[in-house]
Formats: sequence, C-alpha cells, structure tokens
Amino acid sequence: MSETLVLPVAAPAAETTTAAVETFGLRKVYGDRVVVQDLTLRVGEGEIFGFLGPNGAGKTTSVKMLMGLARPSAGSARLLGRPLGDRQARQQIGFLPEMFRFHDWLTGEQLLDFHGRLYGMSRAERRRRIPEVLQLVGLPHSGGQRVRTYSKGMQQRIGLAQALINNPRLVFLDEPTSALDPLGRRDVRAIIARLRDEGVTVFLNSHLLSEVESVSDRVAIITHGRVAAIGPMAELLRRELTVELRLGAAEPDDLAELGKLVTVEHVDGARQPTVVARVPDDETIARAVDLLVRRGVPVYGVTPEHRTLEEFFVDVVGTEGTESR
Amino acid sequence: MKALVIARLTFREAFQRKLVWGVLVLSVLFAVLYAYGFHLLVNQWHEIQTRRTANGNNGILTYDVLASNMVMLGLYTVNFLAGIMTIFAAVGSIAGEIDSGTLHAIVPKPLGRWEIVLGKYLGFASMIVIYIVAMVFSVVLSARLVGSYMPPSVVKGTLLIVLVSMILLSLTIFGTTIFSTMANGVVVFMLYGMAMTGGLVEQIGTLLNNNTMINIGVVSSILVPSDSMWRLASYLVQPHLAVSFTGPNPLGTTVPPSMTAVEYSVAYCVILLLGAMLVFRYRDL
Repeated sequence: MSETLVLPVAAPAAETTTAAVETFGLRKVYGDRVVVQDLTLRVGEGEIFGFLGPNGAGKTTSVKMLMGLARPSAGSARLLGRPLGDRQARQQIGFLPEMFRFHDWLTGEQLLDFHGRLYGMSRAERRRRIPEVLQLVGLPHSGGQRVRTYSKGMQQRIGLAQALINNPRLVFLDEPTSALDPLGRRDVRAIIARLRDEGVTVFLNSHLLSEVESVSDRVAIITHGRVAAIGPMAELLRRELTVELRLGAAEPDDLAELGKLVTVEHVDGARQPTVVARVPDDETIARAVDLLVRRGVPVYGVTPEHRTLEEFFVDVVGTEGTESR
Repeated sequence: MKALVIARLTFREAFQRKLVWGVLVLSVLFAVLYAYGFHLLVNQWHEIQTRRTANGNNGILTYDVLASNMVMLGLYTVNFLAGIMTIFAAVGSIAGEIDSGTLHAIVPKPLGRWEIVLGKYLGFASMIVIYIVAMVFSVVLSARLVGSYMPPSVVKGTLLIVLVSMILLSLTIFGTTIFSTMANGVVVFMLYGMAMTGGLVEQIGTLLNNNTMINIGVVSSILVPSDSMWRLASYLVQPHLAVSFTGPNPLGTTVPPSMTAVEYSVAYCVILLLGAMLVFRYRDL
C-alpha cells in the first residue's frame, strides 16, 4: 500500500493553530465492504480545507461520520476540540449535505427559521440573521417563495444559507456547487473567501478540482478510504515543478553539470537546446540559471510550469489505483 | 426543548398531505350525514312508539338502546378514521425522510436523535388528539341536539379512543425507524387488521362459549391492544342496559378489559416509543 504523502512544510502550518477537525483512524465498514479504511487528518482553525478523492473513495461517508449521520466502526474524531456528537460543538457547526432536500412546502424564510430554531436561536436573532444569509447566498428576494418553486441552483443556495444561519465556526460543504451554473459557482467561491476572511473553517468536499484549487489553503486526497496525500495547496503543486530552459550553445559538460542540480527530463535540439527539467522548488531554478550563466551558457528563456491540481490528483489517484487490488 | 421545534413542523407538515385533507373532508361529510342519520332514527322511533301505543304493547326495546347503538356507530367511525389517519400520516415519517435526505440537514444540528423521534410523535399525537376531540364532540352534539340523548362516560371514552390511536402511532413510528415506508404500511395495517379480527373472534368465542376463540382474542390484544381499548371505550360510553341488550357484537363487548389492560396499553406505547428512539439512535443515515 502507498504511504501517505505528508509534506514537511504542511505540518507546522497546521499545528500551530488549534484544530477545527481532527480524526484518528476513522473507519467505516458496511457488512464486509470497507468504505473508509483509516482516515487520519487534521484541519486547523480558519483553514479552507479541500477534501478530494475519486468517486467511491469514501468522502461522503467520512463527512457523514463527522456529522453524526453514520457511526464510525472504529477510530475517533474531534470537532472544534470536542468529541463527535457533542452539542456545544454542533451549535457552532454548519452543514450542507450532498443530498440536499428540504421541507419544500416551507418558504425559504420559514425553512431558515426552522433551522435557526434547531440551533436554539432566539426570535430576534433569527429575524436579524435570516435576511442576512439570504442576501449572502444571493436569494434576497426569494425568501417568501416556497422552496418547492425554487430551481435546483436556488435550492442549493438555500441549503448553503441553512448551513450558515448560525454564524458557524466550522462549515462542512459536501459538493456545494453540484447544481450551480458557472456564475453560481463563482458566487460560492466568493462566499467561501468571505468565510475565510471571517476566520471560519471550511471543510470543502468536492470533486471539482478547479474549484478546490482556487479556494483551498490545504487539501487532502483520499483513495480507498485513506489519506493518500495531504498538505498546503501551494506545496503540493510546487513539489514537482517543471521548468523549460531555452539555452544558447551548450556543451554536453554544461548539461551534465545542470543534471546534477535538476532532473533533466528531455533535451530538444543540439546547438541551441531546450531543456525540460524537474526541480524541487523555485530556488533551484535560480541556482540552475546561475550555474549556466557562470559557465557562459546564454539563457534565452526560463518558463516554470506549475502543475495543476488535476495533474497532481491524477498522479496520486492513478498510482494508488494500480497499486492496490 | 428542540423536540417541540420538530413537533411543530410535523404538525404543520401533516396538513401538507392530501390524505390528511381527504380524511378531514370525509369527516365533515360524516358529521353532517351522522346528524341527519340521528334525525331519521328519532323519526323512526316516534313511528314505533305510535304503533306500539296503537297495539297496546310496550316492547322491551327502549329508545336509549337505539340511541346508544347509534352513538356507538358514530364513535366507532371516529375511532376507525382516526386510526387510519394516524397510520397514513406517520407511516414514512422517519424512513421517508432518510430516503429523501431531509434528515441529513437536521440530525447534525444540536439536538439528540431521540428528540427528533419524540418531536414527530408529539406532532402527530397533537394532530390526532385535536381530530378525535372534535369528532367525538360532533357525534355527542348530534346525539344531544338531534337525539336528546347523552351517552355516559364520554371523557373516558374519548381518552380511550385517543389511546387506540396512540397505540397505532407508537407502532407506526417504531416501524418507520426500521422498515421502508411501503413495508411499514403493510406491517402496521396487517397488525391493525389482526387486532380487529382477533377482537371479533373473541366476541364470537364469548357468544359460543369457546375458550380457544377467546384466547385468540386475548393474545391478539396483547400483541396489538388497539381493538381491546376500543371495546373498553364502547363498553363505557353505553348504559348497562344497552350493553346487555346488544350482547357480544362486532363493535362492542360484554366483558370489558380490565384497568390492567389499560395500563398495559399505555406501557406498550411508551416502550415502543423508547424502542423507536433506540433504533433510530443507532441507525446509519
């Protein structure tokens, strides 16, 4: 089995803050089917945490365990420093389920009022907060309509409003944009950014990599019910940076020296070669250029290519997929 | 208490169902026809009286027996409609919401799962209590105003009819934490039917002095005490004369269930409700 990729830079960043979510070997078995094998992760308070994985990797089941919808077969977890199911913690948590269905005979306002009551909010608090969240999710004029008459996207927005009604410290969003059009997705990204500014921790479960990439501080990729990779987004993507160097006349010696510093993937052209190399970080690019210049090799162009989350995801999930089973 | 928030929503939700409205419309229709029926009965009785006076014979049938039987029919209908409404309203209240996913946003809120079950129970119970009280009132009002007859022990009788519906509600709520909506409907209606048949068999057994048949009735009323509680209600709201005159019959009884049976029925409700809470507590959604 593969090792979990924990990046050294990741750990201190997360551990200096208090944890909003901590799981210790969470496991869920349905009959003889292991859905979540061993989920161990930590999300610092105030982070936007992307939770990724292919279909059937156990993402939704993991969230269900954290939300008290399914009982872990083994392991434990703490939310906001309290054990699962703790009411004080639940008071400060918001949740948008993947399968969002509400009492659609209520109007949007009545629905939010009901969920506000479940949080024990006073009438005055509800009166103040309901128009606020309706505004936030972009439904300022639809509060009086029955949820039944809402479009799918509007229903998702009211679901998001429901998850934010109590001014939560920690929000779990399970596929929050599945029913939204591109504009709606942008709105949700803006809402998440705003939550980040307010110091709210967001646990974002999504299969839309570009979405996760654009908002998350840290991500975890899970496959087969365990964490395959976890770390700050920037580190994960920078880890295996490639760089394209367009050079002037270079001797084989020069390239050999360069090869000691970076991993040369391929060289195109002989007299004025273009070298594609993998480098561990930006610093190494600078050192490579410095080396070439000192050896008198003209450097016409340096193009670093950051990997996208998608490429990283395919790498992690792809190898994992072939290794097991 | 958060259970009351759930109860309030459940109460309001019940009126979103066409079936509940159907029962309500039928009930209004019934109340009107019932008053008219009582009117016909009174007219009929006057005719009988006139004939009797002409013939000079004073039959043993008194007006009270007839009026009491009429009240019995009315209350039985109320009891039956309330039972049906209870089962239909609550049959998918947990399983259906697990399937549709509405519970997914409710369970993670700061409330216990038991409060969700209790809230639903209270929501349905309050709806049914209001329904039964209103319907019994309309039956008794018809008897009073149209028939100039007042049945005895109306309050006790009403409480027992409420108990019948609570037994069915407990059974239905317990079932919906385990079975799918469809399966629960089948199971609960089978049990309800069994209880009614068992009660009938017991009456026939009493008539024929057959102990096996009586025991079948006893066992069925232990499994589902709804029918025996109805028969106790019917026994109490009739004058003794009417009970002895009518004898063992499909709707009543000459051998009323004891106070222990009532206590058993209440305990039965409580235990099923606690059972529902326990099952739901451990259920994965």
